[in-house]
Amino acid sequence: MKGCDKLVDAGRRQFLRGGAMATVGVAASTVLPTNEAQAKPAPARVEYPSNRLANLSQLKSNEPLDISYPDRNSPGVLIKLGTRVPGGVGPAGDIVAFSTLCPHKGYPLSYVAADKTLTCPGHYSVFDCEKSGLQVMGQATQNLPQFTLRVASNGDIFAEGVDELIYGRLSNVL
Amino acid sequence: MAFKRQIDRLPIIPSDAKKQNVTCHFCIVGCGYHAYTWPVNKQGGTDPSQNIFKTDLSKQQGGDTDAWYAPSMYNIVQQDGRDVHIVIKPDKGCEVNSGLGSIRGARMAEMSYSKARATQQQRLTHPMVFRYGQMQPTSWDDALDLVARVTVAMLKEPGGEDNLFVSAFDHGGAGGGYENTWGTGKLYFEAMKVKNIRIHNRPAYNSEVHATRDMGVGELNNCYEDAELCDTIVAVGTNAYETQTNYFLNHWIPNLRGSSLQKKQQELAGEPHAQARIIIVDPRRTSTVAACEVEAGKDNVLHLAIESGTDMVLFNALLTHIVEKGWQDKAFISASTKDFDKAVAANKTSLADAARITGLKAEDIAKAAAWIAEPKEGRRRRAMFAYEKGLIWGNDNYRTNAALVNVALATGNIGRPGGGCVRMGGHQEGYSRPSDAHVGRPAAYVDQLLIEGKGGVHHIWGCDHYKTTLNAHKFKQAYKKRTDIVKDAMNAVPAGDRPALVAAIVDAIKKGGLFAVDVDIVPTKIGEACHVWLPAATSGEMNLTSMNGERRMRLTERYMDPPGESMPDALIAARIANHMERILRELGDAKYADQFKGFDWKTEEDAFMDGYHKHEKGGQFVTYERLRAMGTNGFQEPASDFKDGKIVGTKRLYTDGKFGTKDGKATFMEAQWRGLQAPGKEEQKKKFKYLINNGRTNHVWQNAYLDQDNEFIMDRWPYPFIEINPDDMKELNVSAGDLVEVYNDDGSTQAMVYPTPTAKKGHTFMLFAFPSGVQGNVVNAGTNELILPNYKQTWANIRKLASAPASVKHLSFKSQEYKMG
Repeated sequence: MKGCDKLVDAGRRQFLRGGAMATVGVAASTVLPTNEAQAKPAPARVEYPSNRLANLSQLKSNEPLDISYPDRNSPGVLIKLGTRVPGGVGPAGDIVAFSTLCPHKGYPLSYVAADKTLTCPGHYSVFDCEKSGLQVMGQATQNLPQFTLRVASNGDIFAEGVDELIYGRLSNVL
Repeated sequence: MAFKRQIDRLPIIPSDAKKQNVTCHFCIVGCGYHAYTWPVNKQGGTDPSQNIFKTDLSKQQGGDTDAWYAPSMYNIVQQDGRDVHIVIKPDKGCEVNSGLGSIRGARMAEMSYSKARATQQQRLTHPMVFRYGQMQPTSWDDALDLVARVTVAMLKEPGGEDNLFVSAFDHGGAGGGYENTWGTGKLYFEAMKVKNIRIHNRPAYNSEVHATRDMGVGELNNCYEDAELCDTIVAVGTNAYETQTNYFLNHWIPNLRGSSLQKKQQELAGEPHAQARIIIVDPRRTSTVAACEVEAGKDNVLHLAIESGTDMVLFNALLTHIVEKGWQDKAFISASTKDFDKAVAANKTSLADAARITGLKAEDIAKAAAWIAEPKEGRRRRAMFAYEKGLIWGNDNYRTNAALVNVALATGNIGRPGGGCVRMGGHQEGYSRPSDAHVGRPAAYVDQLLIEGKGGVHHIWGCDHYKTTLNAHKFKQAYKKRTDIVKDAMNAVPAGDRPALVAAIVDAIKKGGLFAVDVDIVPTKIGEACHVWLPAATSGEMNLTSMNGERRMRLTERYMDPPGESMPDALIAARIANHMERILRELGDAKYADQFKGFDWKTEEDAFMDGYHKHEKGGQFVTYERLRAMGTNGFQEPASDFKDGKIVGTKRLYTDGKFGTKDGKATFMEAQWRGLQAPGKEEQKKKFKYLINNGRTNHVWQNAYLDQDNEFIMDRWPYPFIEINPDDMKELNVSAGDLVEVYNDDGSTQAMVYPTPTAKKGHTFMLFAFPSGVQGNVVNAGTNELILPNYKQTWANIRKLASAPASVKHLSFKSQEYKMG
C-alpha cells in the first residue's frame, strides 16, 4: 500500500509542476516523440460569422423572407411570426430564422402561413416555426436547425449561430 | 424550446474506414444500411482523397446526397475492446430503401451503447439477481446456477414442464432473428416440451394471421415491387407512412405519383396502365391518407373511414358486389382454389346492409369494388392488398382476415405481379424453431393463467407484458403480488446458502409465488418484478439474420461489442441448457439430462448452422459467408439454389398457382358477421363514452425500449398522446397538453391531450405500449377463439388529471398532416 501512496504522490507533484519530463529517473526509459504535435490550438467549435440578414422594417407579419446563413449555399427563412415565441427576437420577440434544407434528405422546405409551419414535399415532414423548429411529423432525426439572431439598435437583424447540423454539410461553416 | 443537439460538425469517415452490412433492426421493412467504423484517433478530411465518399466535402452537398450523415447516425462505440467512431447510414444501393432512412432507423448509431458518449446507458451489462432487497450484479455462472436450480426443481414437482411458463419473441430484427429463435426454440420445444408459452405482444403462442395460413396463403407472399406495379393498393388498418415508412415512400408513393409508369409498361406490357389509386380502410384519418392525397390527388384516394371493427362486413360486401358484376377471375378460381361458391353464398352481404353496419356510403363500397376488380379495357385489374394491426388486433380477427383474403383470391391477385395479399408486418421475421405442435390450438392463454396463479417459474425473453398485453392493469397487480411472495422468501434466507435459497423459493412458489427470470437488453417494466436479469446482446453486437416483409433475408454483421458481459440470446439459451443438464445429472436424472445435449454452441453462427441452415426450407444454400457476399440486398426466401456465387431466391410465392394446402388449392372461407365478437366488448361499448382506438406513431419504435433513453424522442413524447376532437375536449374541459385519465371497469391509464379536428366525435386514438401510459391497461381480457387479443375495440371514459405540465409546454400540437406550402 505504501508504494501505491508514493505513486499517487509522485503523480500529484508532477501534475502540479506541469511538466511531463520532470521526473528524474523515469526520463531514462522515456522515448521522445519523433513527431511532436505542432498544431496551433484550434477552437472546439466552428466560428460562426455574424451576417446581416435584413432590417426590421423589411419584415411583414407571417410573410417569410428568404435568406441564407452562414453562407449563400445554405438557404433559410426569416419570419416575423406575429406572436412571441421561445428564441424569438425583436421588439415583439416574434422573429425567428430557420434553415430551409430539410434535415432528412435536403429537400427545400416551404412555409405554410396558415399553420406557421415549414413542410417538406419530399417525405412530408412538418416543422413548427413557433416551437423552435420542432418536427411535428416527419422522417428527419433532428428538429429543424434554427439560426441564432441578434437585433442591432438600428433594427438590423444578424444571424450568429446554428443549433443543429445543417443538411448537406458535415461542418456548419465550410 | 425543442431539443437541439448543438452539434456543428461531425468527424468525417476516412477513405479506409471499415464497412459492414447492416439491416435496420427495427421495423419489418428492414432498410439497408452500412456501418462505417474507424479508430477513434483518426479522421477523414474534406479532400476527396481523404474521405470514403471521394467527394469534396468543403462544399455544400445537394439533396439526397450519399455524402452526408445526421448527428443521429454517429457515435463512438467499442469494437474488439477499442473505442471506434461509427457512422450507420442508409445504403443507396439497397433495393428496399434506396438510401432513405426513417426517423427510427436513422437513429441506430445514436441508440447504440456508448460509454464515451453516454448513450443507452440504460443497457443491461451484467447478470443481476435479487439479493439483500434489490437487484445486485453477479457472474453468469452464479445467475445461471440459480435459474437452472429453481427451474429444475419446479420441473420435478407435480405438473412437470407445465410449471415452466415462457414469454419469448418469435421474430426477427432486434431481440430475435433466426439464431435466437432457434436458441430458445431448441431449449423449450426440443429439450423440453413447454406448452405454456406466449409471444412478445400477445398472451398466447399463436399466429396473428391464422386464417390466411389455413386458407393456404402465407401472409408474406409478394414483393415490395408489386406496390409499384399494381393498379390499386388496398390498405387495411395500416398507417404505412408512420410505421413502414420506407416501403411506403420508396414503393407505394412512386406508383401513386405515376413515376413507376415506365416500369409498369415494361414489366407488364400489353395492358393499359395509369398511376395507382389507393383505398384506405381506417376509422381514422392518418398522415398516410394525407400524403396519398397530395401525391395521387384526392380523386385517386378513397378513404373508407369505417365504423371501428366492422371490416369483415365491408370485405364480404366487396366480394358479393364483385361476383354480382362478374368481375371475379374465373380461370384462376377454377384452377387454383376451392369452396368459392360456398363462401360467396355464406358471406353474401348487400351494399345496403354493409353501408348500415360499416357507416360507409353504399356508393363508396361499390366504388372500392370497381377500383379493385373492374376490368381495365378487358384486362384484369391488378390490386395489392396490405393489412396490419387494424385488422390483426381488431374485431373477430380470424374471420376478418379470411374475408379479406377471399377478395384477393376471387380477383386472382395472389402470386401475380402487382398483386399480393400481405400483412404489412411490425418487426422483421426470423422464425426457426422445432415443431410447436404440442402447444395445441387454441394455445394456452398464458397471461390469464398467470393471473389465476398458475405456473411456478417464468422465463421472459425480450417481452414486456406490462406494456404490451391486454388486461394489463390486472395482470400487473397479480404479477407483482406473486413475484413479491418469492422476493419476500428470498429476503428471509442468506443468499449464500444456495440449497436454502432454492428451497425457500420453491416453498414460496407453492404458496402462490412466481419466480421470474428476465432476459433482455434493457431493464423492462416487467423486469421490476423479476428475480434474475440476464443481459442480452442486440443486432450489430452479434451477427444476426432476419427477413423483411418481402421475405428478404440479410445478415447484419457484428459491428460493435455487446455492452459489458451481455451475450446473444441464442448463447444465453445454450448456457441455461448447459446448467440445467449439469443439475439434472447432479440429481441423478441422466435420461432427462441427455435431452439438454447439443447446446455446445460457442457463437451465434453455430446456432444459425444448427437451426436455419439445417432445418429451414432452402437453408442448405445459406451460410454467413454467402450472406455477407449478398450485402444489404440479400435474397428473398426461400432459397432454391446457390449459383455463380449467389444465393438464388424467390421473388413471389405461389406464381405456379399451387398454394400451401394438402391439395395445393387455396381455400375460400366462410366468414359471417357476428358483431363485436370478443367477450365483454359490446358491454364496454354500451357503458363507456369514448372509443379508445390505439396504435403506433412515427417517432417511436415498438414499446420505446430504446427510445425511452433517447432525448430527441422523449422530448417529443414525454407522455403518450391521445387524439381528441375539439368538441369532445370542450365537453371534457381539457386543453392541449393536459394529462387525462382514461378509465373503465378493466383499468386506467394516462395520456396527453392532442387536439385533432379530423377525429370523429367520440373517437380517440391513443399511442399504444408507451412506458408513461400503457393503453393495454384499459383493454379488457376478451380474445377471439384462438386467443388473439382485440386491442383496437376498446371503450372508456376520460377525465382530467392535470393541466399541461411544464414538460409539455415546448411541444407542438399542430396538425401532423403534410400540407403543401
